[in-house]
Amino acid sequence: MSQQAAAASYPTKGRVLVVDDDAPLAEMLSIVLRQEGFDSRVVGRGDAALAEFRDYRPDVVLLDLMLPGRDGIDVCKDIRAESGVPIVMLTAKSDTVDVVVGLESGADDYVVKPFKPKELVARIRARVRRSDAVPSETLSIRDLSIDVAGHSVTRDGEEIPLTPLEFDLLLALARKPWQVFTRQVLLEEVWGYQHAADTRLVNVHVQRLRSKIEHDPEHPEIVVTVRGVGYKAGSGS
Amino acid sequence: MILAYIRRALTFWRRSIQARVVMSTVVLTAVVISAVGWLLLQQTRDGLVRHRVDVVLSEVNAEMYETRNRLASASGTEVNVSKQQRDLVDPIIESGESRGFYVVLAGPEGNDVPLSVGGGMYSGGLDVSSVPAALERHFDAVNRSTAWTYTSIVHTDDAGRTTEVPGVIVGSQVQLPADGQTYTLYYLFPLTDEQETLGLVTRALLTAAGLLIALVAGITWLVTRQVVTPVRMARRVAERLAAGRLQERLRVSGEDDLARLALSFNQMATNLQRQIRQLEELSWVQRRFVSDVSHELRTPLTTVRMASDVLHDARGQFDPVTARAAELLQVELDRFETLLVDLLEISRFDAGAVVLDLEDVDLTDIAHRVVDAAQPIADQRGVKVVVEHPDAPVRAEVDVRRVERILRNLVSNAIDHAYPDADQPVSIRLASDEHAAAVTVRDHGVGLAPGESAMVFNRFWRSDPARARTSGGTGLGLAIALEDALLHGGWLQAWGRSGRGAQFRLTLPRYAGGPLRHSPLHLAPALANVAEDVPEPDDEETSGVTT
Repeated sequence: MSQQAAAASYPTKGRVLVVDDDAPLAEMLSIVLRQEGFDSRVVGRGDAALAEFRDYRPDVVLLDLMLPGRDGIDVCKDIRAESGVPIVMLTAKSDTVDVVVGLESGADDYVVKPFKPKELVARIRARVRRSDAVPSETLSIRDLSIDVAGHSVTRDGEEIPLTPLEFDLLLALARKPWQVFTRQVLLEEVWGYQHAADTRLVNVHVQRLRSKIEHDPEHPEIVVTVRGVGYKAGSGS
Repeated sequence: MILAYIRRALTFWRRSIQARVVMSTVVLTAVVISAVGWLLLQQTRDGLVRHRVDVVLSEVNAEMYETRNRLASASGTEVNVSKQQRDLVDPIIESGESRGFYVVLAGPEGNDVPLSVGGGMYSGGLDVSSVPAALERHFDAVNRSTAWTYTSIVHTDDAGRTTEVPGVIVGSQVQLPADGQTYTLYYLFPLTDEQETLGLVTRALLTAAGLLIALVAGITWLVTRQVVTPVRMARRVAERLAAGRLQERLRVSGEDDLARLALSFNQMATNLQRQIRQLEELSWVQRRFVSDVSHELRTPLTTVRMASDVLHDARGQFDPVTARAAELLQVELDRFETLLVDLLEISRFDAGAVVLDLEDVDLTDIAHRVVDAAQPIADQRGVKVVVEHPDAPVRAEVDVRRVERILRNLVSNAIDHAYPDADQPVSIRLASDEHAAAVTVRDHGVGLAPGESAMVFNRFWRSDPARARTSGGTGLGLAIALEDALLHGGWLQAWGRSGRGAQFRLTLPRYAGGPLRHSPLHLAPALANVAEDVPEPDDEETSGVTT
């Protein structure tokens, strides 16, 4: 592919894998992404997505939910099973069930068609911007220790695998353990939304994060719900 | 305690047909049986007494005949009155003792000496008051015919016990040859036997009546039970059907009227079930269609949208005409998109395919967020927007996305309709009590003509066709807002006066689905200059909303 050749010749802001069966839309996405300085590759079938993902090693995956060959939800699970790479869903349906199922299967964020190109690019940027250099710092929250520069969370010296988004979410809470974060604030700090967005994003990802770091996800101690307000880091040792 | 018991009994009475039918049948039967029994008893008594009187009279006649004969055969030389009296009375008393009657000899008549004063001769133990005064008066004169009447005989036996029994008294006069005076002989016959017979008959009748009533009550209970039981079953099944268990049916047994009722009932249930299934299917197809259309339309629209964006960004390199075309394309695409989104939202409401995602939040936060977002447009139009809220949070359990959409709609509407560069700001007020939270959005713009406050929520309704499309709304905003409010179990109402602006009030229950009776804020603004011609702000006056 010519795009791949171009990507090799000069540095880009990131690589985006576009998984969408609608050829005109996929092509348009490539054009817009190239204008914004991203390298991209297009896959038209769900069953070919995982192989292409392994081959291309993208920084972000744009994933349509309705795909031939293999359902977008399943593709999302496949990718998430072997990588924490940010996944942004492209969905035509903003109905509760679709979006929540997508988020629960591992997607970090979603955009509803028809979206504005700038909106999509903002979502992608928000997901890849983490590569900025961060000072070496270690935080601890209860029995977890967070290595900010190394992007790792350990408990008793054992690393807990978190996706970058989950890491960001935990970090945001751990940096200010005295503060209660509303869902809106978390959407701004972690997802990079400027305006009001879907608070279900926060709910679903807090659940996912809890299932990885809590001793008993039914009775969370690290990410605590503050009824009617939002979430905060669990206090105490 | 007692009251509760009475109330329970009354409720049972009201609810149970069976109880009422059994009760009324029993009462009616009792009345009829009492009447018949009373009549029967009366007849029996009359018959018994008449017969006894007949016997008594013939007995007395025979006795008198014998007595007169004896007197006539007595020697006419006897002058000792009291001895002759003795001779007259003693045999009669004797025969009375053996045959069970009492005798009183009174007289001589014409002296007006009442019997009670003394002077009479009578059977031992008899109380002379047993002779009724009326009969005594009858025999006060001489040559009176034999007469009889009922009386009550008072008698003291040898042991000193006084008894009082009903009886018949017959009086007849004789002339004593010794003094030529007339004396009256009273014969008192007790009716003890008749009384006993009557008592027996009465007891038999009462027993029969009691048994009959019990029988009638039992039969009625059984019969009504046969009718009421299927009715009660039908009621239970109908209740279950109403509760949504459409597969419930009545058991049909036999071919009688009740079985046919059950059959028709089941037929009705089956038809209902089928129709409901059909409707459900239709609604499902509709929902599916909306969802498909949504997906099919959105993908190409996204491509067009992006293409238009690319052209729009590059319009600087085009000639002026092409650049303008790219601009128009962009603007109209925006409108197309909003319209599509609104249409899909409305059709989702119509299909009943919307679900609330509830969260307990402070509405003040939402109001501030909406106002902040609307600030650029407000500045552009020179409209000030202020939020007035109480210090305490205005909490309610709501779907944040939907409530934010309602407020966004109301606020942008208010900004659109406010006079540009006006002194009076668009004001958003919040208030709450323990049952409800309310937000009003007030503008001082063109306002609403009479009757329009009910129409603003209609789809594609525009207040003034001439100035219609300046605001760029789709005409669906308020319709969607109303649906959103109703979905929460809340109200969305409008107030307006021509040239004096409008006010919209959103009222939401404190907890979703909770009852809503009044709003913490008035629908009509409480300003002196508008209050004059505004009817008293009243919560009953809910314009344009069917809650």
